[in-house]
Amino acid sequence: MDAPRKQSKVIRWIDERLPIFAFVDHELNAYPTPRNLSYWWNFGSLAGFMLVTMIATGIFLAMQYTPHVDFAFDSVERIMRDVNWGWLMRYIHMNGASFFFIVTYIHVFRGLYYGSYKYPRELLWMLGVVILLLMMATAFMGYVLPWGQMSFWGATVITNLFSAIPIVGNDIVTWLWGGFAVGNPTLNRFYSLHYLLPFLIVGVVMLHLLALHQHGSNNPLGIDRKGPQDSIPFHPYYTIKDMFGLGVFLIVYAAFVFFMPNALGDPENYIPANPLQTPPEIVPEWYFLPYYAILRSVPDIWLLVFTIPSKLAGVLCLFGSIGVLFVVPWLDTSPVRSSRFRPVYRWFFWVLVIDAFALGAVGAHRPDAVIGGISYLSIGRVGTLYYFFHFLVLLPLLGKIERPRPLPASISAAVLKSVPPAASGKMEHA
Amino acid sequence: MRRLAFAAALGASLLVGPAIAQESQETPPLPKLEWPFEGVFGAFDRGSAQRGFQVYNEVCANCHALRLLTYGDLGPSGPGGGLGFGLDEVKAVAAAKQVPDTNDQGEPITRPATPADHFVPPFPNEKAARAANNGALPPDLSLIVKARAGGPDYVYAILTGYKEPPPGMKMGEGMNYNEYFPGHQIAMPPPLSDNSVTYADGTSATVDQESYDLVNFLAWAAEPTLEERHRTGIKTILFLLVLTGILYAGKRRIWAAVH
Repeated sequence: MDAPRKQSKVIRWIDERLPIFAFVDHELNAYPTPRNLSYWWNFGSLAGFMLVTMIATGIFLAMQYTPHVDFAFDSVERIMRDVNWGWLMRYIHMNGASFFFIVTYIHVFRGLYYGSYKYPRELLWMLGVVILLLMMATAFMGYVLPWGQMSFWGATVITNLFSAIPIVGNDIVTWLWGGFAVGNPTLNRFYSLHYLLPFLIVGVVMLHLLALHQHGSNNPLGIDRKGPQDSIPFHPYYTIKDMFGLGVFLIVYAAFVFFMPNALGDPENYIPANPLQTPPEIVPEWYFLPYYAILRSVPDIWLLVFTIPSKLAGVLCLFGSIGVLFVVPWLDTSPVRSSRFRPVYRWFFWVLVIDAFALGAVGAHRPDAVIGGISYLSIGRVGTLYYFFHFLVLLPLLGKIERPRPLPASISAAVLKSVPPAASGKMEHA
Repeated sequence: MRRLAFAAALGASLLVGPAIAQESQETPPLPKLEWPFEGVFGAFDRGSAQRGFQVYNEVCANCHALRLLTYGDLGPSGPGGGLGFGLDEVKAVAAAKQVPDTNDQGEPITRPATPADHFVPPFPNEKAARAANNGALPPDLSLIVKARAGGPDYVYAILTGYKEPPPGMKMGEGMNYNEYFPGHQIAMPPPLSDNSVTYADGTSATVDQESYDLVNFLAWAAEPTLEERHRTGIKTILFLLVLTGILYAGKRRIWAAVH
């Protein structure tokens, strides 16, 4: 934990008492990182950037927003019209939710592809799933705040899920609402929690990073580092790579914020909430569509002596679809991390990706709508079955029957093999 | 009650769905117009939007509110620089409307509106609006362009989409046939006809022209800060392109030693 030598007296004075500079140097500067990380490893820092962006814009929006059923919608419109740069803060925040989920989903699928959840990173992965759950709760409650039609009816549908719980379900829903319908107490508590949860996310992200830095990043080869030749310091190599990735990401993000800010939203939410009028279709934001599809796909389930009604079964599968991620480290029995060396699993990984997109499409359509002669409900049922089949059957089975390809001796051996001799000569000057 | 709400919410897609799905199959695709405010460099056509305000003020305002706007928004201090009207014009437009207030004795009075007042709604409340409109509620138009799938094209299509009902179609009492309205039966009678208004600039007031102008006005009303957004966006993207290029060069240079 030695701090760098070239530093001022002041920094040394502070560091002796509070090793903050030594900590930063250790974790962000010298921090040894696999030399072969691909651009898929950019999405963790992008997710961190989005978290900060959401908190920063959210704080400014909170200064102008009014959490009351009579004023919420108009206060958002006031932000759009009369508050200086209010439209910018609001569109960054609103599209930021979508982009936060985009980078997070890519981050999660990268972990699934490269086996980043395997020993010794099980807790790192599980903390990530906790972050995902907290993000989903935060996004859901945030979507309620503008108090448009979809805010209100989305809140009604989702909170009603808890009424599926036997015996106490209805009481729980009344307790969540703070009344007998979604109303002002609901809006107020959602606002309070929407402000609180991001800071809980920050806390879990700290733990996520602590767990990450314990063993360092996984890498595209999925093999452990054998020595210093396999690592490079985080700075400047990954600071510059992350910043370049951030630049590319920001261009796409800005294109949405400035030129199609409502493309990912539902026009219905520009109509003020009306408890007496149900919209023709109640659809969640795109990032919840696969889960919504799972919720609606499940029929009554008969177990020998009793039946789980479809509503409860749907809710169980909805939560199960996230819950199953927690135990992925133990469901996957393969000793090999990276899909590069798993000739069978890598195909099923892509089937899972397609399945997720298919479920998303199902969530966006009425169950009885038809595509190519097949109802979306049927697709949803097959997609839901496959989702659980992948995790509960394929993952344990493949580890037993798949013959992985031979692993390279070390990261540096694999990396330098592809470098022509002339270029590797530069190494000596580095 | 809660079960009911849930059933209504989840079941809406199952029960109401098929009816709408069948109807919408017959709905022709929306005509796609070129709107001046669309695209990366899109900006409002203020001449057209001002004429559109005249259409709103003389025709639509008889039934439709525009509650998110103030009269001052039309003038130079409005969001995004306003609609291009001068302060005197705005004052005159406002003064033609009466708003409820109280005098210094606390007695209820009405007085002429000022630029600080919100657009005066045509009806004091929802019941009055429904009573005057055969039970239907004319929606507020402040955000109509953003609140409908298809946006400006949809609003334009509704304004120009009135037709004779096809033979055999049973129309509800007081309902009108509109090609583009979900279910084709709309309570609003055809709002515009040729020469519904007389344009001061001599533009010929056909239904198509009036509809086009009105949509330009309503698009401005839905998001008056749109031009500022486009201008800022162009600068931001240009900045990011340069920045990202520099970062890429830096990345190449720093990593040259490792590869």
